[in-house]
Amino acid sequence: MPDWGLEEHWQSDCNRLPSMSGRSETRSESRFGHARGSKANSSESADVRFEHITKRFGDAYAVADLNLEVHAGEFFSLLGPSGCGKTTSLRMLGGFEEPTEGRVLIGGEDVTDLPPYRRDVNTVFQTYALFPHLDVYQNVAFGLRRQGVDKSEIKRRVGEMLEMVDLPGFDRRQPAQLSGGQQQRVALARALVNQPKLLLLDEPMSALDAKLRRQMQVELKRIQSQVGITFIYVTHDQEEAMTMSDRLAVMWHGKIEGMGTPKDVYDNPTSEFVATFLGASNLLGGKIVRSEDNRTTVLTDSGVEITVPSERVPDLSMTSVKVGVRPEKIDLVPEGSERAPGHNILRGRVRVSTFTGVGNQYIVETESGVEVTVYAQNIGTQFAPRSGDNVVLTWPEEHTFTVRPLVGNIEINELEGD
Amino acid sequence: MSIADAAPIEVQPGAVDRSPTPRRRRHAGRFILPTYSWLVIAYLVFPIAMMILYSFNKVVGGMQLVSFTWLGFTTQWYHQWSSVPGLTSAFWLSIRLAVVSTVLATIIGTLLAVALVRYHPPRFRGKTAIEQVLFLNIAAPEIVMGSSLLGLFVMLNINRGFLTLVLAHVMFCIAYVTVTVRARMSGFDRALEEAAYDLGARPLVTFTRVTLPLIMPGVLAGALMAFALSIDDFVTSYFVGGSSIPFPVWVYGATRVGIPPQVFVFGTGIFAVGIFFAVLSIFVAKKKV
Ligand SMILES: Nc1ncnc2c1ncn2[C@@H]1O[C@H](COP(=O)(O)OP(=O)(O)O)[C@@H](O)[C@H]1O
Ligand SMILES: [Mg+2]
Repeated sequence: MPDWGLEEHWQSDCNRLPSMSGRSETRSESRFGHARGSKANSSESADVRFEHITKRFGDAYAVADLNLEVHAGEFFSLLGPSGCGKTTSLRMLGGFEEPTEGRVLIGGEDVTDLPPYRRDVNTVFQTYALFPHLDVYQNVAFGLRRQGVDKSEIKRRVGEMLEMVDLPGFDRRQPAQLSGGQQQRVALARALVNQPKLLLLDEPMSALDAKLRRQMQVELKRIQSQVGITFIYVTHDQEEAMTMSDRLAVMWHGKIEGMGTPKDVYDNPTSEFVATFLGASNLLGGKIVRSEDNRTTVLTDSGVEITVPSERVPDLSMTSVKVGVRPEKIDLVPEGSERAPGHNILRGRVRVSTFTGVGNQYIVETESGVEVTVYAQNIGTQFAPRSGDNVVLTWPEEHTFTVRPLVGNIEINELEGD
Repeated sequence: MSIADAAPIEVQPGAVDRSPTPRRRRHAGRFILPTYSWLVIAYLVFPIAMMILYSFNKVVGGMQLVSFTWLGFTTQWYHQWSSVPGLTSAFWLSIRLAVVSTVLATIIGTLLAVALVRYHPPRFRGKTAIEQVLFLNIAAPEIVMGSSLLGLFVMLNINRGFLTLVLAHVMFCIAYVTVTVRARMSGFDRALEEAAYDLGARPLVTFTRVTLPLIMPGVLAGALMAFALSIDDFVTSYFVGGSSIPFPVWVYGATRVGIPPQVFVFGTGIFAVGIFFAVLSIFVAKKKV
């Protein structure tokens, strides 16, 4: 068993946290780390496909015509608010719920009708579901016993696994004697010891406090790249999903609203829901007025023209759209500044300026009365206006995106089951 | 109980002397409920205590029947516990009957409870009807069940005896087992069974390895209840026993002539065993799951 030096890694990662404001750094790092891990073990993990999966409970749709492809060895997150169908999707993968329509494929095999005990899949349940009448050893050994693995082999593998999750010597403890974090690691060990092709995790961190959650995220990510198993991770915590995942899907009302690497989905949201759920966005309603030379111009409702690269418009035939920009992409410059080439500008007046230590958050009221949030890093060199100052907001065109507005999206409203 | 127990206020110097009246009143109030409880318990225990006491009483005359005048202490009846042949065989019949009925009723009742907790309409049609029958089974006067069973057995031309006794006892015990096990299962985390499936356990293995151990306290409590119901059943047994006469029916028959003191010996014994199991069940129930 390799020495993973878990403690040190937790430490170093935790220490790095406060400076983690630019998320992209951590993200690309973890993606890189994963790529190595998965290649080495790709034969042990399975890819997953959802083909037109629909799940209805009575008349209510929990999942609606979901199509999804998860690659072997990938750390994939299903992200969305409570009740959007994440757990239901995961349960259909585990075999606990049968889709009303569609097919589920794991490793190319159609498992739609297979019961859980015939699937090469293991689950870490949200409540951990440790067997309260069995001790830690018996809990972890449960799956191996069912497979008829012989005693000495079980002993070896359980021992190794308990070491991997940093719980050596806990064999004879009862689950009730463990802390939340320890229980969660037992649940993880109990699933991983079976060397499944696919591991499902349903909000495994939700019962942990913030600090422990951070440690477990790092540990989980390490374990995943070590074992090379495909992980499908359900969470409603957007930051957790972005820091851990190779790719993620944002779900809403039983549908996927956006899918891709965290960076892609964050930088180029394709729906208003994604733009607001994953991080914060400034969104302005408007209409597409022209599209030429790969540049599309949107005339906002307040009469300002905003230019967007055409590839960032999900559908050029949309008439009314929302055009958006992330708060950290905007620069504040003094009143009277001219538009730089390739930039969009808005004019306004600072209403609120909040110092947050790592940066300044401004709420700027534009000429048309729309409020725009701007986030500036505290690097001490740039223009720092105060409340009441007139300013110009400017950002590069390539940081602009357009999304289909929520209003009038009847399809989504129809799906509201609860 | 001391005054300090009754009034857990931080004791400040002088405070004790200044406010004796409210404190005493509160103190007295604390005795009302305990005293009441002890009176109720005395009321409940008195007949049993009398039975135990008179199982040590001497008798006069050749008939060897219980009299309720104290004639002196003896353990004679404990030595001669089996010297009344009809009584002894009735007792063993009751034991056999209770054991067989308990085992059958516990198995049937437990599975029924699992089914009722697990499945719902439309998959489980008639669930509500089953629940109502269970309730009726508990609520219906035993005399109705006993007489109707008698009618049924006569109509079907079934010889009354051990078999009919078992059928009848299992019938009235099932509902109690089901209700007890069901109560135990109501807080059962379904995810535990799913975790077992997830780890490769088929449904039967899941039931024996996970479900059953976890609901065992409820099953044991149900079994205990079934045993207690069966061993002291009179009404139904009187109707369906035919020539098989269990202990309570025998005692009832004997009272017309007079009760041999051995009845009190058996009574005391059954009570002692009952106490033992009651205490045991408290410990089982305390064991956290
Ligand atoms: N067994 C069920 N019966 C009826 N409705 C259900 C059931 N399970 C989930 N739902 C409904 O399906 C929707 C999605 O639930 P779920 O998948 O648990 O969401 P999430 O995990 O994203 O919070 C919710 O509206 C929920 O009420
Ligand atoms: Mg959920």
